[in-house]
Amino acid sequence: METLSNIPPAFLLFVAACLTPFIKGVARNIFLILVPAAVFFYIAALPIGDGPSFSFLPGFGEIEPLRVDKLSKAFGYIFTLNAAAAMLFAFYVKKAFQHTWALVYIGSALGVIFSGDLITLYINWELMAISSTFVIMARNTEKAKGAAFRYVLVHIFGGLLLLAGIVMTISAGDGIAFDGFQFENANTASTLILLGFLVNAAAPGVSAWLSDAYPEASVTGGVILSAYTTKTAVYVLLRGFAGWEPLIWVGCAMTVFGIIYALLENDMRRILAYSIINQVGFMVCAAGIGTKMAISGAVAHAFCHIIYKSLLWMSAGAVLYRTGKSKCTELGGLYKTMPLTLIFGTIGALAISAVPFTSGFTSKTIIIAATEYSHLFWPWIVLELASAGVFLHAGIKFPYFVFFNVDRGLRPKEAPKTMLLAMAFLAFLCIYMGLRPNELYSILPFAVDYKAYTVPHLVTQMQLLMLSALVFFLFLPMLKRTATISLDTDWFYRKGGKAFYGLMDRSLNGINGFAHRTFIGGFTTKLGELAATGPTRALILILTPYWTMTGKNQEEQQTLKTTIQTQVDKGAFPIGITAWLSVLFLALIFLF
Amino acid sequence: MKNPKKEFDWFDHKSSRKLLWWLLWITCGLTVVAELFIHRHPHFDIDGIFSFYAITGFIGCSLMILGAKGLGLILKRDENYYGEEEETSLPKDIDGDAQ
Repeated sequence: METLSNIPPAFLLFVAACLTPFIKGVARNIFLILVPAAVFFYIAALPIGDGPSFSFLPGFGEIEPLRVDKLSKAFGYIFTLNAAAAMLFAFYVKKAFQHTWALVYIGSALGVIFSGDLITLYINWELMAISSTFVIMARNTEKAKGAAFRYVLVHIFGGLLLLAGIVMTISAGDGIAFDGFQFENANTASTLILLGFLVNAAAPGVSAWLSDAYPEASVTGGVILSAYTTKTAVYVLLRGFAGWEPLIWVGCAMTVFGIIYALLENDMRRILAYSIINQVGFMVCAAGIGTKMAISGAVAHAFCHIIYKSLLWMSAGAVLYRTGKSKCTELGGLYKTMPLTLIFGTIGALAISAVPFTSGFTSKTIIIAATEYSHLFWPWIVLELASAGVFLHAGIKFPYFVFFNVDRGLRPKEAPKTMLLAMAFLAFLCIYMGLRPNELYSILPFAVDYKAYTVPHLVTQMQLLMLSALVFFLFLPMLKRTATISLDTDWFYRKGGKAFYGLMDRSLNGINGFAHRTFIGGFTTKLGELAATGPTRALILILTPYWTMTGKNQEEQQTLKTTIQTQVDKGAFPIGITAWLSVLFLALIFLF
Repeated sequence: MKNPKKEFDWFDHKSSRKLLWWLLWITCGLTVVAELFIHRHPHFDIDGIFSFYAITGFIGCSLMILGAKGLGLILKRDENYYGEEEETSLPKDIDGDAQ
């Protein structure tokens, strides 16, 4: 047991990923559910403390692939729990490709969570980027492939920032241990690491990879993707950058950004993608506050968020699976034939909106309370507004436009049973953690002295939410969906990339063309012509005065010229003349 | 429809929608009225105002919708803006490699 508890959970999932293609049929689907479930219990059994460490290169410090504490355990629980639910949801998927990569993806996310040093972290970080790219590509459409390509480029950029930061940290002699960086001692190295992390957290300016790529993934791929990359980033921010004040404002900006774009969006899964940015904003803000309460609040929120966000992606996925449509302008009236999907989706929508008796109410409000206790007025008001905005875009907009609004004559069947089962499980958790928050609070890194259920809190929360709902329905004509997309920062590399390509095409190929025309078409041809006709011309030039002196008239001269040209073309000079010319030529060289 | 059973379409009726509107207004009113009977502990000055959260929710959401609408004028583009081929025909297998 001693050695068994030394195996990093990531390794177990990597082994499972290698086995996945070799297991056939339903056995594989069952295997895929059982593996994360088993790893969940394995993580629960892991003793708190550092696992084995070994030295890497002299002077580098210790590699520590398994650091177990309450913070890493909490993320380990939710990552594996969600994976099991997602695999149940994906029970119908027959091919191994997506799930093999999904296991690598989930495994590498766990690898980051449990890594105690920057090198283990970096390797898993990059593995996460690569494996998730394959999960996106698994949908096998041109759009998915394009999005996956852009996705991996952005993540390579983020990974390079992280790598540069790590290299600078090591060369400064600060070792490779991954612990908290101090804001007071911020330097280029720690800032680069932070920027690398923020790329994965989908911070403003570098968030477009998320809303671009996730909605292009398959029905089940979207569910899997929604949980790991951003929440791993939240974990590393909580671990490494707690109390870094700028993160408060980055988080606040994310919450508002997510809402505005979700309100503009037409694609239901893209609404949910922007909603991830909004929710992660709460957690990034909490990391910036950095108090024990804020950190525990962020962990609680990440835990609950993964569950209800997965649930929302599942309900949207079930709709996409049954109708083949994902745009609000093409959906509506589905409550008639997909009532269970509606109910489970709505539970997720209520939970994300922090409606009392759901998990959002018992988790997100800790972060808001942390801003109050730290007397951070502006972050507090932004988060309150963002909470109201969540109800607008995810709580009401998503279910309303998909399941109600206008009947578009769609009569799809209810979602398959395994999908419903997975949704029911997560919906149960949403309500369970809303009703019994203490069990959730017991796994948080720091004990929280927070009571969500007080009468004033219930009243104020209901005021905020109900008035937001009122605004939604009063402004409904303004929220009418249009078949449009909204420009995001991916414009810079999607249009910018094309413009750069065009510019390079015109400039470099222009130079190339000019060079071709001038040298190949012009100079070389002329040189060739000169070599071919030059001697004849020279000969004629020399002979013309001689002919004139010997009294040849124009006609005779012309005949002689033609004869010489013909003789040169055919190489038909009598040997005597050629020899005579050679002597003449050598004499000229000798004389000059 | 092959199913002779009448479809559940309660939400499509005008009367139902009217009822829901009433319920929404009443609930909003009740949440504000309820504040008369509680004692709050505001952390800042501004949140001590009566029905602060209702006002925040109302004004905040209105501004966000108007803001989004305004930004939409600048940011919204046609769906084929990036010139990607829209997969119009529904693939047999919506989930890519699922089958």
